Amino acid sequence: MTPIRTVGRAALRLTRGIGAVTIFAGRGLGGLRPLPGRALGLQLIQIGWLSLPVVGLTALFTGAALALQIHSGGERFQAGDVVPAIVAIGMVRELGPVLGGLMVAARVASSIAAEIGTMRVTEQIDALVTLSTDPIRWLVTPRLWAAILSLPVLVAVGDIIGIMGGWLVGTGSLGFNSTTYIANSWAYLEFWDVASGLIKGAVFGLIVALSGCWFGMRSSRGAAGVGRATTQAVVGAAVGILAANFVLTGLFFQ
Amino acid sequence: MIALQDLHKSFGEKQVLAGVNLQVGQGESLCVIGQSGTGKSVLLKCILGLVQPDRGRITWHGRPLDRAAFMAGFGMLFQGAALFDSMSVWQNVAFRLRQRMSDGKARAIALDKLARVGLGAETADLMPAELSGGMAKRVGLARAIADDPSVIFFDEPTTGLDPIRARAINALIRDIVTQTGATAITITHDMDSVCAIGDRVALLQCGRIVHDGPVAGMSDAPELADFLGVGVAK
Repeated sequence: MTPIRTVGRAALRLTRGIGAVTIFAGRGLGGLRPLPGRALGLQLIQIGWLSLPVVGLTALFTGAALALQIHSGGERFQAGDVVPAIVAIGMVRELGPVLGGLMVAARVASSIAAEIGTMRVTEQIDALVTLSTDPIRWLVTPRLWAAILSLPVLVAVGDIIGIMGGWLVGTGSLGFNSTTYIANSWAYLEFWDVASGLIKGAVFGLIVALSGCWFGMRSSRGAAGVGRATTQAVVGAAVGILAANFVLTGLFFQ
Repeated sequence: MIALQDLHKSFGEKQVLAGVNLQVGQGESLCVIGQSGTGKSVLLKCILGLVQPDRGRITWHGRPLDRAAFMAGFGMLFQGAALFDSMSVWQNVAFRLRQRMSDGKARAIALDKLARVGLGAETADLMPAELSGGMAKRVGLARAIADDPSVIFFDEPTTGLDPIRARAINALIRDIVTQTGATAITITHDMDSVCAIGDRVALLQCGRIVHDGPVAGMSDAPELADFLGVGVAK
Protein backbone atom coordinates (compact mmCIF):
# COMPACT_ATOMS: atom_id res chain seq x y z
CA MET A 1 0.00 0.00 0.00
CA THR A 2 2.83 2.42 0.80
CA PRO A 3 4.06 2.99 -2.81
CA ILE A 4 0.47 3.52 -4.00
CA ARG A 5 -0.13 5.92 -1.14
CA THR A 6 3.08 7.81 -1.96
CA VAL A 7 2.11 8.13 -5.63
CA GLY A 8 -1.41 9.17 -4.62
CA ARG A 9 -0.10 11.81 -2.25
CA ALA A 10 2.25 13.17 -4.91
CA ALA A 11 -0.59 13.28 -7.45
CA LEU A 12 -2.83 15.09 -4.98
CA ARG A 13 -0.07 17.57 -4.17
CA LEU A 14 0.56 18.20 -7.87
CA THR A 15 -3.14 18.67 -8.59
CA ARG A 16 -3.49 21.03 -5.64
CA GLY A 17 -0.43 22.98 -6.82
CA ILE A 18 -1.73 23.32 -10.38
CA GLY A 19 -5.12 24.37 -9.05
CA ALA A 20 -3.59 26.97 -6.73
CA VAL A 21 -1.40 28.45 -9.50
CA THR A 22 -4.40 28.54 -11.88
CA ILE A 23 -6.57 30.36 -9.33
CA PHE A 24 -3.68 32.74 -8.60
CA ALA A 25 -3.24 33.47 -12.32
CA GLY A 26 -6.99 33.94 -12.75
CA ARG A 27 -7.13 36.44 -9.90
CA GLY A 28 -4.07 38.23 -11.24
CA LEU A 29 -5.39 38.51 -14.78
CA GLY A 30 -8.85 39.52 -13.61
CA GLY A 31 -7.72 42.48 -11.55
CA LEU A 32 -7.69 44.96 -14.42
CA ARG A 33 -10.90 46.79 -13.51
CA PRO A 34 -10.32 49.64 -13.00
CA LEU A 35 -7.11 49.57 -15.06
CA PRO A 36 -4.09 50.23 -12.82
CA GLY A 37 -2.67 52.46 -15.57
CA ARG A 38 0.34 53.97 -13.81
CA ALA A 39 1.49 50.67 -12.34
CA LEU A 40 1.01 48.97 -15.71
CA GLY A 41 3.04 51.67 -17.45
CA LEU A 42 5.88 51.30 -14.94
CA GLN A 43 5.94 47.54 -15.43
CA LEU A 44 5.89 47.89 -19.23
CA ILE A 45 9.08 49.92 -18.88
CA GLN A 46 10.63 47.52 -16.35
CA ILE A 47 9.74 44.30 -18.15
CA GLY A 48 9.59 45.41 -21.78
CA TRP A 49 11.74 48.42 -22.46
CA LEU A 50 14.62 47.51 -20.12
CA SER A 51 14.76 43.95 -21.52
CA LEU A 52 15.36 45.21 -25.06
CA PRO A 53 19.19 45.26 -24.87
CA VAL A 54 19.54 41.70 -23.57
CA VAL A 55 16.91 40.32 -25.97
CA GLY A 56 18.44 42.25 -28.90
CA LEU A 57 21.99 41.07 -28.20
CA THR A 58 20.83 37.47 -27.74
CA ALA A 59 18.93 37.58 -31.05
CA LEU A 60 21.84 39.22 -32.88
CA PHE A 61 24.38 36.57 -31.89
CA THR A 62 21.88 33.73 -32.31
CA GLY A 63 20.98 34.85 -35.86
CA ALA A 64 24.64 35.23 -36.76
CA ALA A 65 25.58 31.80 -35.34
CA LEU A 66 22.57 30.21 -37.00
CA ALA A 67 23.65 31.58 -40.40
CA LEU A 68 27.12 30.07 -39.95
CA GLN A 69 25.68 26.71 -38.86
CA ILE A 70 23.12 26.50 -41.66
CA HIS A 71 25.72 27.47 -44.23
CA SER A 72 28.33 24.94 -43.12
CA GLY A 73 25.70 22.18 -42.65
CA GLY A 74 23.90 23.02 -45.90
CA GLU A 75 27.13 22.89 -47.89
CA ARG A 76 27.27 19.13 -47.27
CA PHE A 77 24.36 18.63 -49.63
CA GLN A 78 24.81 21.70 -51.82
CA ALA A 79 22.09 23.67 -49.98
CA GLY A 80 24.17 26.54 -48.64
CA ASP A 81 21.93 29.10 -50.30
CA VAL A 82 18.98 28.31 -48.00
CA VAL A 83 20.65 30.30 -45.20
CA PRO A 84 18.37 33.39 -45.40
CA ALA A 85 15.13 31.37 -45.39
CA ILE A 86 16.19 28.98 -42.62
CA VAL A 87 17.53 31.78 -40.43
CA ALA A 88 14.30 33.74 -40.86
CA ILE A 89 11.99 30.76 -40.23
CA GLY A 90 14.14 29.47 -37.35
CA MET A 91 14.24 32.86 -35.67
CA VAL A 92 10.56 33.78 -35.90
CA ARG A 93 9.12 30.34 -35.18
CA GLU A 94 11.45 29.05 -32.50
CA LEU A 95 14.62 30.81 -31.48
CA GLY A 96 13.25 34.34 -31.20
CA PRO A 97 10.42 33.47 -28.81
CA VAL A 98 12.26 30.77 -26.84
CA LEU A 99 15.59 32.53 -26.35
CA GLY A 100 13.86 35.88 -25.84
CA GLY A 101 11.57 34.26 -23.26
CA LEU A 102 14.49 32.60 -21.48
CA MET A 103 16.49 35.83 -21.33
CA VAL A 104 13.48 37.73 -19.98
CA ALA A 105 12.91 34.88 -17.49
CA ALA A 106 16.47 35.30 -16.21
CA ARG A 107 16.12 39.08 -15.94
CA VAL A 108 12.50 39.59 -14.97
CA ALA A 109 11.28 36.48 -13.10
CA SER A 110 14.19 36.83 -10.68
CA SER A 111 13.62 40.54 -10.13
CA ILE A 112 9.86 40.14 -9.62
CA ALA A 113 10.40 37.28 -7.15
CA ALA A 114 13.08 39.22 -5.25
CA GLU A 115 10.96 42.39 -5.07
CA ILE A 116 7.72 40.71 -4.02
CA GLY A 117 9.58 38.25 -1.78
CA THR A 118 11.27 41.13 0.04
CA MET A 119 7.90 42.84 0.42
CA ARG A 120 6.53 39.60 1.86
CA VAL A 121 9.28 39.13 4.46
CA THR A 122 9.28 42.81 5.51
CA GLU A 123 5.50 42.72 6.03
CA GLN A 124 4.85 45.24 3.24
CA ILE A 125 2.27 42.88 1.74
CA ASP A 126 0.51 42.59 5.11
CA ALA A 127 0.63 46.38 5.25
CA LEU A 128 -1.13 46.56 1.87
CA VAL A 129 -3.93 44.36 3.22
CA THR A 130 -4.30 46.51 6.31
CA LEU A 131 -4.55 49.57 4.03
CA SER A 132 -7.57 47.99 2.30
CA THR A 133 -5.56 47.18 -0.81
CA ASP A 134 -5.62 43.82 -2.58
CA PRO A 135 -1.96 42.78 -3.03
CA ILE A 136 -2.85 40.65 -6.06
CA ARG A 137 -4.40 43.59 -7.89
CA TRP A 138 -1.70 45.97 -6.74
CA LEU A 139 1.37 43.80 -7.38
CA VAL A 140 0.48 40.85 -9.59
CA THR A 141 -1.99 42.21 -12.15
CA PRO A 142 0.25 44.95 -13.60
CA ARG A 143 3.21 42.56 -13.85
CA LEU A 144 1.24 39.79 -15.55
CA TRP A 145 -0.32 42.09 -18.13
CA ALA A 146 2.89 44.03 -18.75
CA ALA A 147 4.74 40.77 -19.46
CA ILE A 148 1.94 39.43 -21.68
CA LEU A 149 1.89 42.68 -23.69
CA SER A 150 5.61 43.34 -23.91
CA LEU A 151 6.97 39.85 -24.71
CA PRO A 152 5.41 39.70 -28.21
CA VAL A 153 6.93 43.12 -28.97
CA LEU A 154 10.31 41.95 -27.67
CA VAL A 155 10.00 38.78 -29.75
CA ALA A 156 9.17 40.82 -32.89
CA VAL A 157 12.17 43.10 -32.30
CA GLY A 158 14.35 40.05 -31.54
CA ASP A 159 13.19 38.38 -34.77
CA ILE A 160 14.21 41.39 -36.84
CA ILE A 161 17.56 41.75 -35.07
CA GLY A 162 18.19 37.98 -35.38
CA ILE A 163 17.52 38.08 -39.12
CA MET A 164 19.84 41.09 -39.34
CA GLY A 165 22.50 39.06 -37.49
CA GLY A 166 22.19 36.39 -40.15
CA TRP A 167 22.34 39.06 -42.85
CA LEU A 168 25.53 40.53 -41.36
CA VAL A 169 27.28 37.16 -41.43
CA GLY A 170 25.73 36.16 -44.75
CA THR A 171 26.81 39.28 -46.57
CA GLY A 172 30.00 39.85 -44.59
CA SER A 173 31.62 36.42 -44.70
CA LEU A 174 29.44 33.92 -46.59
CA GLY A 175 29.36 35.83 -49.87
CA PHE A 176 25.62 36.53 -50.09
CA ASN A 177 24.33 39.52 -52.02
CA SER A 178 22.59 41.90 -49.62
CA THR A 179 19.42 42.43 -51.69
CA THR A 180 19.07 38.73 -52.47
CA TYR A 181 19.56 37.79 -48.83
CA ILE A 182 16.78 40.12 -47.65
CA ALA A 183 14.48 39.11 -50.51
CA ASN A 184 14.98 35.40 -49.72
CA SER A 185 14.39 36.01 -46.02
CA TRP A 186 10.96 37.53 -46.72
CA ALA A 187 10.04 35.24 -49.59
CA TYR A 188 9.83 32.08 -47.52
CA LEU A 189 8.24 33.59 -44.43
CA GLU A 190 4.52 33.02 -43.97
CA PHE A 191 2.10 34.98 -41.82
CA TRP A 192 1.58 32.04 -39.45
CA ASP A 193 5.34 31.69 -38.88
CA VAL A 194 5.39 35.20 -37.44
CA ALA A 195 2.01 35.03 -35.68
CA SER A 196 2.82 31.73 -33.94
CA GLY A 197 6.05 33.24 -32.58
CA LEU A 198 4.22 36.26 -31.24
CA ILE A 199 1.54 34.09 -29.59
CA LYS A 200 4.32 32.04 -28.02
CA GLY A 201 5.83 35.30 -26.77
CA ALA A 202 2.59 36.29 -25.03
CA VAL A 203 2.31 32.85 -23.37
CA PHE A 204 5.96 32.95 -22.28
CA GLY A 205 5.38 36.43 -20.87
CA LEU A 206 2.56 35.07 -18.73
CA ILE A 207 4.76 32.18 -17.56
CA VAL A 208 7.68 34.49 -16.66
CA ALA A 209 5.61 36.98 -14.66
CA LEU A 210 3.45 34.30 -13.08
CA SER A 211 6.49 32.37 -11.89
CA GLY A 212 8.07 35.51 -10.41
CA CYS A 213 4.87 36.61 -8.67
CA TRP A 214 3.93 33.11 -7.42
CA PHE A 215 7.28 32.31 -5.84
CA GLY A 216 7.69 35.88 -4.56
CA MET A 217 4.31 35.83 -2.83
CA ARG A 218 5.11 32.44 -1.26
CA SER A 219 8.58 33.48 -0.15
CA SER A 220 9.43 32.27 3.34
CA ARG A 221 11.05 34.33 6.06
CA GLY A 222 14.49 35.90 5.81
CA ALA A 223 17.09 36.53 3.14
CA ALA A 224 17.44 32.80 2.49
CA GLY A 225 13.72 32.59 1.75
CA VAL A 226 13.93 35.42 -0.78
CA GLY A 227 17.01 33.83 -2.39
CA ARG A 228 15.21 30.52 -2.69
CA ALA A 229 12.14 32.19 -4.19
CA THR A 230 14.32 33.94 -6.78
CA THR A 231 15.98 30.70 -7.86
CA GLN A 232 12.66 28.85 -7.97
CA ALA A 233 11.12 31.63 -10.06
CA VAL A 234 13.86 31.49 -12.72
CA VAL A 235 13.93 27.68 -12.85
CA GLY A 236 10.12 27.51 -12.90
CA ALA A 237 9.89 30.09 -15.70
CA ALA A 238 12.61 28.44 -17.80
CA VAL A 239 11.13 24.95 -17.51
CA GLY A 240 7.64 26.36 -18.08
CA ILE A 241 8.77 28.13 -21.26
CA LEU A 242 10.44 25.02 -22.70
CA ALA A 243 7.44 22.82 -21.87
CA ALA A 244 4.94 25.36 -23.22
CA ASN A 245 7.05 25.76 -26.36
CA PHE A 246 6.83 22.03 -27.03
CA VAL A 247 3.05 22.00 -26.51
CA LEU A 248 2.46 25.15 -28.61
CA THR A 249 4.72 23.96 -31.43
CA GLY A 250 2.73 20.71 -31.53
CA LEU A 251 -0.54 22.65 -31.58
CA PHE A 252 0.54 25.13 -34.27
CA PHE A 253 2.50 22.96 -36.68
CA GLN A 254 1.18 19.40 -36.48
CA MET B 1 -15.85 46.99 21.14
CA ILE B 2 -13.79 44.08 19.83
CA ALA B 3 -14.36 40.65 21.37
CA LEU B 4 -12.50 37.42 20.72
CA GLN B 5 -14.31 34.24 21.73
CA ASP B 6 -12.64 30.84 21.99
CA LEU B 7 -10.08 31.58 19.25
CA HIS B 8 -8.05 28.56 18.10
CA LYS B 9 -5.23 28.40 15.60
CA SER B 10 -2.74 25.63 14.80
CA PHE B 11 0.09 25.40 12.29
CA GLY B 12 0.48 21.72 11.50
CA GLU B 13 0.94 19.90 14.79
CA LYS B 14 1.71 23.09 16.71
CA GLN B 15 -1.23 24.70 18.46
CA VAL B 16 -0.55 28.41 18.82
CA LEU B 17 -3.90 29.70 20.07
CA ALA B 18 -5.89 27.34 22.29
CA GLY B 19 -9.08 29.18 23.14
CA VAL B 20 -8.33 32.87 23.49
CA ASN B 21 -11.08 35.01 25.04
CA LEU B 22 -10.52 38.74 25.16
CA GLN B 23 -12.49 41.98 25.02
CA VAL B 24 -11.35 45.50 24.29
CA GLY B 25 -13.71 48.37 25.02
CA GLN B 26 -14.14 51.56 23.01
CA GLY B 27 -11.28 53.98 23.70
CA GLU B 28 -9.42 51.45 25.81
CA SER B 29 -5.72 50.67 25.43
CA LEU B 30 -4.94 46.97 25.83
CA CYS B 31 -1.43 45.54 25.85
CA VAL B 32 -1.00 41.84 25.10
CA ILE B 33 2.27 40.49 26.45
CA GLY B 34 3.90 37.09 26.37
CA GLN B 35 7.18 35.39 25.63
CA SER B 36 8.46 34.99 22.08
CA GLY B 37 6.60 32.32 20.15
CA THR B 38 3.50 32.36 22.34
CA GLY B 39 1.29 33.51 19.46
CA LYS B 40 0.95 37.26 20.11
CA SER B 41 1.51 38.18 16.48
CA VAL B 42 -0.73 35.32 15.30
CA LEU B 43 -3.46 36.66 17.57
CA LEU B 44 -3.07 40.09 16.01
CA LYS B 45 -3.07 38.64 12.48
CA CYS B 46 -6.26 36.72 13.26
CA ILE B 47 -7.98 39.97 14.22
CA LEU B 48 -6.67 41.68 11.09
CA GLY B 49 -7.74 38.81 8.84
CA LEU B 50 -4.17 38.09 7.73
CA VAL B 51 -4.46 34.62 9.31
CA GLN B 52 -7.69 32.64 9.36
CA PRO B 53 -8.46 31.15 12.82
CA ASP B 54 -9.39 27.45 12.90
CA ARG B 55 -12.20 28.05 15.36
CA GLY B 56 -13.78 30.85 17.39
CA ARG B 57 -15.49 34.16 16.78
CA ILE B 58 -14.34 37.74 16.44
CA THR B 59 -17.02 40.37 16.90
CA TRP B 60 -16.99 44.13 16.56
CA HIS B 61 -19.68 46.08 18.39
CA GLY B 62 -21.43 42.78 19.12
CA ARG B 63 -21.66 41.64 15.49
CA PRO B 64 -19.49 39.25 13.48
CA LEU B 65 -16.57 41.20 12.09
CA ASP B 66 -17.32 42.81 8.71
CA ARG B 67 -13.76 42.75 7.42
CA ALA B 68 -14.13 45.48 4.78
CA ALA B 69 -15.78 47.97 7.14
CA PHE B 70 -13.35 47.10 9.92
CA MET B 71 -10.30 47.50 7.68
CA ALA B 72 -11.46 50.95 6.60
CA GLY B 73 -11.57 52.11 10.22
CA PHE B 74 -8.30 50.94 11.67
CA GLY B 75 -4.61 51.73 11.53
CA MET B 76 -1.63 49.48 12.10
CA LEU B 77 1.97 50.08 13.12
CA PHE B 78 4.09 47.09 12.11
CA GLN B 79 7.08 45.84 14.04
CA GLY B 80 9.51 46.86 11.28
CA ALA B 81 7.29 49.79 10.17
CA ALA B 82 6.70 47.94 6.82
CA LEU B 83 7.05 51.12 4.77
CA PHE B 84 6.76 50.68 1.01
CA ASP B 85 10.32 50.87 -0.35
CA SER B 86 9.32 52.29 -3.71
CA MET B 87 7.38 55.25 -2.26
CA SER B 88 8.53 58.41 -0.53
CA VAL B 89 7.64 59.15 3.09
CA TRP B 90 4.59 61.29 2.27
CA GLN B 91 3.34 58.75 -0.29
CA ASN B 92 3.58 56.05 2.39
CA VAL B 93 1.63 58.14 4.87
CA ALA B 94 -0.97 59.15 2.28
CA PHE B 95 -1.29 55.68 0.71
CA ARG B 96 -4.95 55.16 1.59
CA LEU B 97 -5.87 58.84 1.20
CA ARG B 98 -4.57 58.96 -2.40
CA GLN B 99 -7.14 56.34 -3.40
CA ARG B 100 -9.97 58.79 -2.80
CA MET B 101 -8.54 62.32 -3.07
CA SER B 102 -6.09 64.38 -5.12
CA ASP B 103 -2.36 64.10 -4.46
CA GLY B 104 -2.28 67.73 -3.29
CA LYS B 105 -4.89 67.20 -0.58
CA ALA B 106 -3.41 63.86 0.44
CA ARG B 107 0.06 65.39 0.74
CA ALA B 108 -1.25 68.20 2.94
CA ILE B 109 -2.85 65.67 5.32
CA ALA B 110 0.31 63.54 5.26
CA LEU B 111 2.44 66.55 6.24
CA ASP B 112 0.05 67.30 9.10
CA LYS B 113 0.28 63.69 10.37
CA LEU B 114 4.06 63.74 10.01
CA ALA B 115 4.13 66.88 12.14
CA ARG B 116 2.03 65.09 14.78
CA VAL B 117 4.67 62.39 15.08
CA GLY B 118 7.44 64.97 15.30
CA LEU B 119 8.72 64.88 11.72
CA GLY B 120 9.16 68.04 9.68
CA ALA B 121 8.20 68.67 6.06
CA GLU B 122 11.82 68.10 5.04
CA THR B 123 11.35 64.35 5.62
CA ALA B 124 8.31 64.12 3.32
CA ASP B 125 10.25 63.46 0.14
CA LEU B 126 12.82 61.10 1.64
CA MET B 127 12.71 57.41 0.72
CA PRO B 128 12.31 54.78 3.49
CA ALA B 129 15.90 53.59 2.92
CA GLU B 130 17.11 57.04 4.04
CA LEU B 131 15.36 56.88 7.44
CA SER B 132 16.73 55.73 10.78
CA GLY B 133 14.84 53.03 12.72
CA GLY B 134 13.16 55.59 14.97
CA MET B 135 12.14 57.80 12.03
CA ALA B 136 10.74 54.80 10.17
CA LYS B 137 8.60 53.95 13.23
CA ARG B 138 7.33 57.53 13.34
CA VAL B 139 6.45 57.41 9.66
CA GLY B 140 4.71 54.07 10.25
CA LEU B 141 2.79 55.69 13.09
CA ALA B 142 1.85 58.66 10.89
CA ARG B 143 0.56 56.19 8.26
CA ALA B 144 -1.42 54.33 10.93
CA ILE B 145 -3.22 57.52 12.01
CA ALA B 146 -3.47 59.11 8.55
CA ASP B 147 -7.11 58.17 8.09
CA ASP B 148 -8.18 59.01 11.70
CA PRO B 149 -8.87 55.38 12.63
CA SER B 150 -11.11 54.31 15.50
CA VAL B 151 -8.88 51.30 16.27
CA ILE B 152 -5.08 51.26 16.13
CA PHE B 153 -2.89 48.14 16.40
CA PHE B 154 0.74 48.31 17.46
CA ASP B 155 2.94 45.28 16.84
CA GLU B 156 6.06 45.44 19.02
CA PRO B 157 6.34 49.24 18.64
CA THR B 158 9.70 49.59 20.41
CA THR B 159 11.51 46.50 19.11
CA GLY B 160 14.88 47.38 17.59
CA LEU B 161 15.00 50.86 19.13
CA ASP B 162 17.46 52.09 21.73
CA PRO B 163 15.95 53.00 25.15
CA ILE B 164 15.78 56.73 24.43
CA ARG B 165 14.00 56.30 21.11
CA ALA B 166 11.77 53.59 22.60
CA ARG B 167 10.66 55.98 25.35
CA ALA B 168 9.94 58.68 22.77
CA ILE B 169 7.82 56.29 20.67
CA ASN B 170 5.93 55.10 23.76
CA ALA B 171 5.17 58.70 24.73
CA LEU B 172 4.08 59.48 21.19
CA ILE B 173 1.74 56.50 21.07
CA ARG B 174 0.28 57.44 24.46
CA ASP B 175 -0.35 61.03 23.28
CA ILE B 176 -1.92 59.94 20.00
CA VAL B 177 -4.18 57.35 21.61
CA THR B 178 -5.28 59.88 24.24
CA GLN B 179 -5.84 62.71 21.75
CA THR B 180 -7.71 60.65 19.16
CA GLY B 181 -9.71 58.57 21.66
CA ALA B 182 -8.97 55.53 19.52
CA THR B 183 -9.07 51.97 20.81
CA ALA B 184 -5.50 50.66 20.96
CA ILE B 185 -4.27 47.06 20.96
CA THR B 186 -0.53 46.69 21.48
CA ILE B 187 1.46 43.50 21.14
CA THR B 188 4.69 43.81 23.09
CA HIS B 189 7.12 42.17 25.46
CA ASP B 190 8.47 45.53 26.61
CA MET B 191 7.10 46.32 30.08
CA ASP B 192 8.05 50.00 29.68
CA SER B 193 5.64 50.08 26.73
CA VAL B 194 2.93 48.42 28.83
CA CYS B 195 3.33 51.01 31.59
CA ALA B 196 3.43 53.92 29.15
CA ILE B 197 0.70 52.89 26.71
CA GLY B 198 -1.68 50.46 28.41
CA ASP B 199 -4.83 50.78 30.46
CA ARG B 200 -5.09 47.00 30.67
CA VAL B 201 -2.62 44.18 30.26
CA ALA B 202 -3.29 40.61 29.13
CA LEU B 203 -0.71 37.82 29.39
CA LEU B 204 -0.78 35.19 26.63
CA GLN B 205 0.74 31.90 27.69
CA CYS B 206 0.45 28.44 26.11
CA GLY B 207 -2.17 29.77 23.68
CA ARG B 208 -4.48 31.17 26.37
CA ILE B 209 -4.95 34.44 28.21
CA VAL B 210 -3.80 33.60 31.74
CA HIS B 211 -4.04 37.12 33.14
CA ASP B 212 -6.21 40.08 32.18
CA GLY B 213 -6.31 43.15 34.40
CA PRO B 214 -5.52 46.84 34.76
CA VAL B 215 -1.94 47.98 34.31
CA ALA B 216 -2.16 49.87 37.60
CA GLY B 217 -2.45 46.66 39.63
CA MET B 218 -0.24 44.38 37.60
CA SER B 219 2.60 44.25 40.10
CA ASP B 220 0.28 42.30 42.42
CA ALA B 221 -0.69 39.67 39.83
CA PRO B 222 1.13 36.38 40.54
CA GLU B 223 0.99 35.26 36.87
CA LEU B 224 2.77 38.44 35.81
CA ALA B 225 5.30 38.15 38.59
CA ASP B 226 6.08 34.62 37.36
CA PHE B 227 6.34 35.87 33.79
CA LEU B 228 8.61 38.79 34.60
CA GLY B 229 10.52 37.34 37.48
CA VAL B 230 9.72 38.42 41.01
CA GLY B 231 10.32 42.07 41.61
CA VAL B 232 10.71 43.12 38.00
CA ALA B 233 7.07 44.12 37.65
CA LYS B 234 7.46 46.38 40.62
